Amino acid sequence: MTMDFQYTILIPILLFFSFVYNILWGRTRSPKIAGLISTTTILIAAVLSYYTAYQYFFNVGLVNGSYEKIIAFKMVWLHFSDTLVVDMGILLDPISIMMLVVVTTISSMVHIYSFGYMHGDDGFARFYAFLSLFSFSMLGLVVSSNIFQMYIFWELVGVSSFLLIGYYYQKPSAVAAAKKAFIVTRFADLGFLVGILLISYVTGSLDFAVLTDPNGPVMLQGASLGFMGLSVMTWALILIFIGGAGKSAMFPFHIWLPDAMEGPTPVSALIHAATMVVAGVYLVARLFPLFHIAAPNAQYVVLAVGGFTSLFAAVIAITQIDIKRVLAFSTLSQLGYMMAALGASGYGAEEGIGYTASMWHLFTHAMFKALLFLGAGSIIHAVHSNNMTDMGGLRKYMPITHITFLIGTLAIAGIPPFAGFFSKDEILVALHQSSHFWYWVEVITAGLTAFYMFRLYFNVFWGENRHYHHKPHESSLSMTFPLMFLAFMAIVSGGFFMFDFGAFISSNLVPYDIHIHWDIAGLSIFVALIGISLAAMLYLKPSGISTKMATALGPVYKATYNKFYFDEIYLFVTHKIIFNLIARPSAWFDRHVVDGFMNMLAWITNFVSGSIKGLQSGQLQHYAMSFVSGAVALALFFLYFMTR
Amino acid sequence: MNLNSFLLMRHELILIAVVLLYLASEIIGGGKNKRFSLNFAVVLFLAVTIIGFLPISTGTMFGGMYQTSPAIILMKNILNAGAFIVFLQVVSWLKKEENDNRIMEFFILIVSTLIGMNYMISAGDFLMFYLGLELATIPMAALAAYQVYNLKSAEAGIKLLLLAALSSGIMLFGISMLYGASESLYFTDLIRTMEMNSMTVLALVFIFSGLAFKISIVPFHFWTADVYEGAPMSVTSYMSVISKASAAFVLMSLLFTVFAQLKEIWTPILYITSVLTMTLGNLFAIRQRNIKRFMAFSSIAQAGFIFLGIISGTQMGMSTVIYFLAIYIFSNLAVFGVAGAIYNQTGKELIDDYAGLYKTNPALTLVMTFGLFSLAGIPPIAGFFGKFFLFTAAMESGFLWLTVIAVLNTIISLYYYLLIVKAMYITPNESPIAFFRSDFYMKMGLILATIGILVIGFIGGIHHYIYNLSFGIL
Repeated sequence: MTMDFQYTILIPILLFFSFVYNILWGRTRSPKIAGLISTTTILIAAVLSYYTAYQYFFNVGLVNGSYEKIIAFKMVWLHFSDTLVVDMGILLDPISIMMLVVVTTISSMVHIYSFGYMHGDDGFARFYAFLSLFSFSMLGLVVSSNIFQMYIFWELVGVSSFLLIGYYYQKPSAVAAAKKAFIVTRFADLGFLVGILLISYVTGSLDFAVLTDPNGPVMLQGASLGFMGLSVMTWALILIFIGGAGKSAMFPFHIWLPDAMEGPTPVSALIHAATMVVAGVYLVARLFPLFHIAAPNAQYVVLAVGGFTSLFAAVIAITQIDIKRVLAFSTLSQLGYMMAALGASGYGAEEGIGYTASMWHLFTHAMFKALLFLGAGSIIHAVHSNNMTDMGGLRKYMPITHITFLIGTLAIAGIPPFAGFFSKDEILVALHQSSHFWYWVEVITAGLTAFYMFRLYFNVFWGENRHYHHKPHESSLSMTFPLMFLAFMAIVSGGFFMFDFGAFISSNLVPYDIHIHWDIAGLSIFVALIGISLAAMLYLKPSGISTKMATALGPVYKATYNKFYFDEIYLFVTHKIIFNLIARPSAWFDRHVVDGFMNMLAWITNFVSGSIKGLQSGQLQHYAMSFVSGAVALALFFLYFMTR
Repeated sequence: MNLNSFLLMRHELILIAVVLLYLASEIIGGGKNKRFSLNFAVVLFLAVTIIGFLPISTGTMFGGMYQTSPAIILMKNILNAGAFIVFLQVVSWLKKEENDNRIMEFFILIVSTLIGMNYMISAGDFLMFYLGLELATIPMAALAAYQVYNLKSAEAGIKLLLLAALSSGIMLFGISMLYGASESLYFTDLIRTMEMNSMTVLALVFIFSGLAFKISIVPFHFWTADVYEGAPMSVTSYMSVISKASAAFVLMSLLFTVFAQLKEIWTPILYITSVLTMTLGNLFAIRQRNIKRFMAFSSIAQAGFIFLGIISGTQMGMSTVIYFLAIYIFSNLAVFGVAGAIYNQTGKELIDDYAGLYKTNPALTLVMTFGLFSLAGIPPIAGFFGKFFLFTAAMESGFLWLTVIAVLNTIISLYYYLLIVKAMYITPNESPIAFFRSDFYMKMGLILATIGILVIGFIGGIHHYIYNLSFGIL
């Protein structure tokens, strides 16, 4: 059975070869060839992934009513000691196969899109080389069969992200952002590393198959040993979660993500929206049984951090003007949803709805967020600015971008029948089952999401016409094709799979049916519509269009519109209270306190380093003195210690 | 004892023969033919390095004064390989006019120290150990002062000599106490009779101090920065890797054999000095502008990490120390090789001078980056595995906090290693170092160091191989 999937080793390997070729010879050939090589390999990888998914889900994966974990490839890699051995392998199970599909799909679209977007750029070959390196590392990460291998690829992903954020290395802000991303995530990764050390210490294994076996001995190990009231396993998982939080930009490690928007926009779409940033979510999902069964406290940390981040980021998104930054904060917020869903999930088929919902949201989010970013890229390409204030009325000039962007916006706002609605609804169901507090937080966040996304949409595509230096025009086919494809996915990946996603992915690998809970869905749709109407009132300038929108949005808009004093209250609440009292301070807090803390750490290190410099005087006498006193001090100390 | 058993000393005997051959070639040729001298020295040493890897039996000689084991032989081979890379990298510097007529002097001195280290590693008796140590030190001082016309170099030589004399004095004091306590200097006797009392504890502290001086452990490290800065680049490079690695290896085997009974004492000693060394080395490194001083503090910090493996007291810890030392040698040689190439070409050795290097010399920059990333422990480059194994070893023996401190220190170290990377790739520079070609030997030296870094990291079997060997010294 396992023999069937041996070819999956080709999926990452092909991309590695493409990277090596492009980095060594890419510059000497025509840039088109570099792009073609990278694009062809990723398309082959995508086809192989789809084939694997088809084979696994429809032919061989299901054995006795539950999905098998298949080790498609395995070799001994590191030999720590006689008991602890690390393999290099490929693990195929529902979530790793889903990730294969997501990564190769989005990556292919970004490869195609970049043909238009990066056209004429000096580093075309270098860009495609880095894209291949990233895809290779990311695919290696998702198929890892043990946590150590995952860590290695995790770091490789970080390195390629660093290279791509700093792609415009002539720009100081890009370089600073690359550095920040690298250092913040490295900092978090050290938590991950200590977590791995602890896990290996407690369980003596790093294999996912052993670690996540719900009936295995691992679930009980490390439960008794305690430090500060929590078991060692809890600490290990919290530390690992810190690593995940760094990569997925959870509060307080989120500071790197908005700055990372300095990279080229296709990169933002691929790495900082759809794939790399979900690695943290994927990591928690990978270890989910361990979190849920062996360390419920750690699981609660996941819920709280995820929930808080989603609200916090949504509030900040309201105040942003740079369209890529709005999208960056919305990514943070959506990642918060996925984390919270994992944090709230139970183990089992129906109880594990949060797990399924989180993975489902990961899937749909990848589609619509990549769509939004690529759409934003298309806009920026046409207008040559990132600022909303430089845009307006673009719907006339860029019809395809407009329609696809609207689809993406509706999907993220959670309006049926677009994809985001279904996955978000299941997340809310899961939260409703587990914690009412976090449920309401996420309902409010859903409203905010609809508000800021439509604020963005109206500002860019409606509103007054600007005077553009030259008339914006629709982008070329290589850029609009990915938009259309992803828009299609943003429609079908929710509704199309509606009754099926539980059939593919569940916390205990047993397929089950998902139902829509209309009571919960109804509320979230209502909240989203309120957000959209508010955005329409505030940002859709009265130029005859508002009436059209009013009819389009129907009774909700009318009801709000007719009660004029409500409008005033909303204006007051949003502009005076939310902006000045909540959003601005949170943005300030973010910029000054959270960033400041990180800066302070660096400053303290520098300061201490500066103040001890005088010790190194260059005087031989001092050196001899310190040598002798060191030896004498050690001698006295241990003689005393011994005779005591 | 027949003649055959002398072959146990093959490594040392060959090195002695090499010194004599170097000397003879100098006398016969008169050092006239620079080209021939350099080629002869390097090619001969390549042969030595290769012969070192041929199978050899193990055992003891001179009633236990001299001993070998598979781990000791492996260490000798690692030292040979490292010295060979230094040789490759030194050629372009020795070709300069200022070194005319003194080329062989350099090689003779270096190989002499190597003989000393080999005897030190193989010692089965404190007398042998001490002789080896001195043989490894005194020519080193001469090497540090190699550029006699340069004030800094002369100062470095004197500083090293005086402080080394002090450390030897203290160490001899310790050895004499051991003799007083057990009336023997043979390791085998000492292991049998060792018990904890004031005299043996004092002996341990003093012998430890002497070796800590060589490994640059805080507070015995002060000479490091000055000597490293003053000495010629290649000598610094040699000192920072070969000297240090041999001393660390000896310290480990002494603690595990002779002082095994005093584990309760040396564990806290290692703990304290390791924390101090890592932290202070790192904090000092941040401020350095000169690449040699920078590498001096970086090498101090790395020495602190080595103690993590020793302190664990397990077979895993021991094998990891050897593994880590090998990686450290290759990584440092990559960095020093590039720094040396640049120094030979332009005379520049400040980190600020490296700004914009990527645009003009991408290949050198890449080698340097590998070396620095390896020292910083960024996966998946070898240095990461070295550190990771050290952490695992310390953790398995229950040194949780020490591991945490070490992990925190890697963050600080990451910061300053990245400073150089940043300078090379990012910092704008009006007049970066112009593109230049290195000679064949330098290229080989850099390539070997890079291959070393990559291969040791990616081939998992290497650690396992060392793991199985290191039974020998337990």
